Amino acid sequence: MSELNQEYKPLIVAFCCNWCSYAGADLAGSNRLAYPADVKIIRVPCSCRVNPMFILRAFQRGADGVILCGCHPGDCHYTTGNYYTRRRMSMLFSMLDYLGIERERTRVEWVSAAEGAKFASTMNDFAKKVASLGPNKRLEDLRCKP
Amino acid sequence: MQRIGVFVCWCGSNIAGTVDVHAVAEALKNESGVVFSTDYQYMCSQAGQDIIKNAIAEHKLTGIVVCSCSPRMHEATFRKTAAAAGLNPYMVEIANIREQCSWVHKDMLSGTEKAVILGRAAIAKVHLNAPLIPGQSPVAKRALVIGGGIAGIQTALDIADAGFPVDIVETKPTIGGKMAQLDKTFPTLDCAACILTPKMVDAAQNELIKIYSYSEVSQVSGYVGNFDVTIKRRARFVKEDLCTGCGLCTEKCPQKKVPNEFNLGMDTRRAIYIPFAQAVPKVATIDPDYCTMLKTGKCGICSKVCTAGAIDYTAKDEFITEKYGAIVVATGYNPISMEKFDEFAYSQSKDVITSLEFERLTNAAGPTAGKLLRPSDGEHPHKIVFVQCVGSRCDSCAEKGKEYCSKICCMYTAKHAMLTRDKYPDTEVYVFYIDVRTPGKAFDEFYRRAVEEYGVHYVKGMVGKVVPQGKKLMVQASDLIDGKQLHIDADLVVLAAAIEPDKSARPLATMLTASMDTNDFFTEAHPKLRPVESPTAGVFLSGACQGPKDIPETVSQASAAAAKVIGLLCKDHLTGNPCVASANEMLCSGCSQCANVCPYGAITYSEKEFRMPNRTTLMRRVASVNPAVCQGCGACTVACPSGAMDLNGFKNNQIMAEVDAICRN
Amino acid sequence: MQTVNTQTLIERASALLQDGTVSAVLGWKRGEFDYDMTPAVFTTAEELAAGFVYNDFCGANLSKYLLKKTREIQGKILVFLKPCDTYSFNQLLTEHRIHRENAYVIGVPCSGMADIHSIRKITGEGIARVELTEGGLLVHTLYDDAPVAVSYEDAMADRCKTCKSKKHVAYDELLGEEGDVLDSHRFDEVAKLEAMTPDERFAFWQGELSRCIRCNACRDVCPACTCEKCVFDNPDSGVENKAPGGDFEEKMFHIIRAFHVAGRCTDCGECSRVCPQDIPLHLLNRKFISDINKTYGEYQAGETADQRPPLVNFTQNDPEPSDVVKGGHDHA
Repeated sequence: MSELNQEYKPLIVAFCCNWCSYAGADLAGSNRLAYPADVKIIRVPCSCRVNPMFILRAFQRGADGVILCGCHPGDCHYTTGNYYTRRRMSMLFSMLDYLGIERERTRVEWVSAAEGAKFASTMNDFAKKVASLGPNKRLEDLRCKP
Repeated sequence: MQRIGVFVCWCGSNIAGTVDVHAVAEALKNESGVVFSTDYQYMCSQAGQDIIKNAIAEHKLTGIVVCSCSPRMHEATFRKTAAAAGLNPYMVEIANIREQCSWVHKDMLSGTEKAVILGRAAIAKVHLNAPLIPGQSPVAKRALVIGGGIAGIQTALDIADAGFPVDIVETKPTIGGKMAQLDKTFPTLDCAACILTPKMVDAAQNELIKIYSYSEVSQVSGYVGNFDVTIKRRARFVKEDLCTGCGLCTEKCPQKKVPNEFNLGMDTRRAIYIPFAQAVPKVATIDPDYCTMLKTGKCGICSKVCTAGAIDYTAKDEFITEKYGAIVVATGYNPISMEKFDEFAYSQSKDVITSLEFERLTNAAGPTAGKLLRPSDGEHPHKIVFVQCVGSRCDSCAEKGKEYCSKICCMYTAKHAMLTRDKYPDTEVYVFYIDVRTPGKAFDEFYRRAVEEYGVHYVKGMVGKVVPQGKKLMVQASDLIDGKQLHIDADLVVLAAAIEPDKSARPLATMLTASMDTNDFFTEAHPKLRPVESPTAGVFLSGACQGPKDIPETVSQASAAAAKVIGLLCKDHLTGNPCVASANEMLCSGCSQCANVCPYGAITYSEKEFRMPNRTTLMRRVASVNPAVCQGCGACTVACPSGAMDLNGFKNNQIMAEVDAICRN
Repeated sequence: MQTVNTQTLIERASALLQDGTVSAVLGWKRGEFDYDMTPAVFTTAEELAAGFVYNDFCGANLSKYLLKKTREIQGKILVFLKPCDTYSFNQLLTEHRIHRENAYVIGVPCSGMADIHSIRKITGEGIARVELTEGGLLVHTLYDDAPVAVSYEDAMADRCKTCKSKKHVAYDELLGEEGDVLDSHRFDEVAKLEAMTPDERFAFWQGELSRCIRCNACRDVCPACTCEKCVFDNPDSGVENKAPGGDFEEKMFHIIRAFHVAGRCTDCGECSRVCPQDIPLHLLNRKFISDINKTYGEYQAGETADQRPPLVNFTQNDPEPSDVVKGGHDHA
């Protein structure tokens, strides 16, 4: 199989909070709403559990895009978790942009347990944008390549 | 090194249809630590679970990965399976290859590839899992009900009925709440006092119920099953245990000009008073703002006339602390202030009143002994205009009023209109409304009777202005159906004021760490499925503090909250969620960042002694997490720069291992 | 040129040692080179007389040293703090890292500190000796016969050229006049970078950060980096690393370090001062400060000792991350 002929497939890591977005992803599944298999979901209790280190680690190991999904502000299962997420990720993503990392590679999206359609459309859109950027070179650690 | 078993579920054709389950099981066999890997048609079935149990025994598995449907579906099932086979249930990880793989990726090749990666991530995580044992905490078998209206009374009665002691804290000198002020109740027209006061007496006489009237909650600490609550008992200057409620003092008190709040200021009371005849506890209270003795030290008449010797001018506020297993919030509602709605001339004319004032005017125990008389001149009104939705259903950008529907106004106005026409058939009654909302048992029939049998004029349209003119109130309104402007010379205008949560609710919510919506109504743990629980464990909601409600709904919720409380108090111990945060004291710097973000107040600090080189010791501030309070959100773990704070079940290195496994291709 | 001289400080410190108010003095002493003034502890008047220095090379922020020294030394420690150092001092109090009663703070005025990086840019390498004279600095290099004259203005550290405050926000006593918070232009450099295209920014930071040798000096000197054990030193954290392995690790380290101190960094600029590779690390911290100011309202860490840092706080109406990232500038 020739690597060159293969269509470029981005690698996308999606952190989803257990109570809203992970359930929203499940609903997208129940409703058979397709999105690219490039999206791999990691379940966390709350979006506020996502440490910036996890995001940088994903990029370091070759992820092309990282998306973080949580309950809508005001709906957090833990009342305030996503408010902290919102501030932290605003600052982190702005910093990555400042370092010259393409801003389309990072995203925060609020997806409720009822928004299966939003989950699927968000992932479709994000995967498309990331694919159009091509592979992440700026935050990748080449030694992590096989 | 873990010995991991992998179990790939077909879910019939749900997974096997688009994922090559054999290939997944084969591929995962090669992962480090995996000693057994298989696939089966339905892992969740009895036969499937037996495969898991047998494999755990046969291959001495220390961790298992089930590649199946969402963990939200069957994580609990497979944890039980593991536990039945002697494996710690927290050594189970689920790879979601149905909802997040087979159902959304139609292509067998990419679906299979992704399923393998998701399986790898779960394997990487389970490598770092540690057995977790849920903590246990005892339950204090006593409940606290905050608010002594019909909601609080009903909740307390039901809890006591199940055999648990319960305390009611009420800020007013008597329990009874808003319902005690009402005249009749819709749609049956029962007399409110006739059905409420027996319940008040029941509560007072029940040995398991203690009523702290004229008191408020001043401090709350602890957690579900173990709340420590400080209650402030305001000085009432009358010894509750001695006062017989004879009322002699309230007749002799020379200070007669105190606005009577029970009648909404429409008449006066004395400085020493009993709010109403059926008050519970039936004990006098001295109002320190008006009592001449307390203000100047000269008077003392009540003390002289009291044969029981119950008066004590030197009384001070007292604080008592009690332990509770559960707390029920039943702080109720109030009509909003009419200050911002002066187009209706509320401040300009005594004859523009709110619906609650109307209740007092028609109540036999009210300021007019139940005769409907104009507050200004005591004459009988012949033309009455009721205005609906005053401050309810307002535009979000309007600076006054509430966006929500107050829910009870349509029905009580129909009641008022009907009762007026019944008692005084010579009175013309107009009701101006946006919509008439009557969902409820026998509600619409009730409203139609008001229109059809009692001839109440219902006009769809808004009242624009009320202008006092001589003895009349000129009401300018529009009739939307006929498209006409109406001018009515009314004798009395009654405003259906919107209702809002009691002002005490906000500080209380802060003390309880219970959440509120933007209108200061308490939020429920789930709007549909857990409507009487607050998101804070051990805190329950009863009545209008959660949203506008009529009496039957309030009573239903009150009993539902009681059932939840009883369910909690029946337990001797609570089993906690072991997936909670914990601080590594060696790494912790005590900087307090974590406590700043903890929504539950689960983190506390203490000075701890650490051994240092050369036999020296060092006292250092470190954090510790109360596992019974922590709910496991993980906000603290990110606020902590050193990684001293970590979350069981979702540890930093576990999530990082998942990231690595997903990106390893 | 500093407005207070060494002798005034020594006299005051000796008096406080003498009357038992303090048991030790945290100050500066001469290091290996003329431009190398090192933090030092003095316990007697003799030691002070022999070694204590306060001059234009006393850039070191002494507040962090209190953390270690208050653990080692019984009794109060006298510490000399320049205006910007007092912000760090307050931040350490906020985070319970030091106790107020263990420190006796004397605020010293500062007219801006000289910085060897700035001087080198004028004179080149090979600086052997620096004389501080009334009119300016005389810099003797290995390669020139005559000393090079450098004005105090030109010799000043970048951080001092954009000094944010001459006001001491914490002290027990103050030498000299109370200063003011300044209307500095410290975010100009950040804005300049923000105005670049992503490619230009990437090239800039790649150029700067790839010089990092992971000596950890920035972290060790930083008064906000006071963890008992740094996550990058902890083998259990999974991100431990020491040597610069590849392109990425410096980025990870510096992004995370800046993130960890975001909202807590007082912008004292010590990270850039001590960087042997002259990487403008303060521009990372200032980006966070600038973003925080723009997004959540002006916030100066360490202004008082009981603040709640903006990243452990929120309002219900905070802007969305996408708007914050867009806010700065447009993609080319």
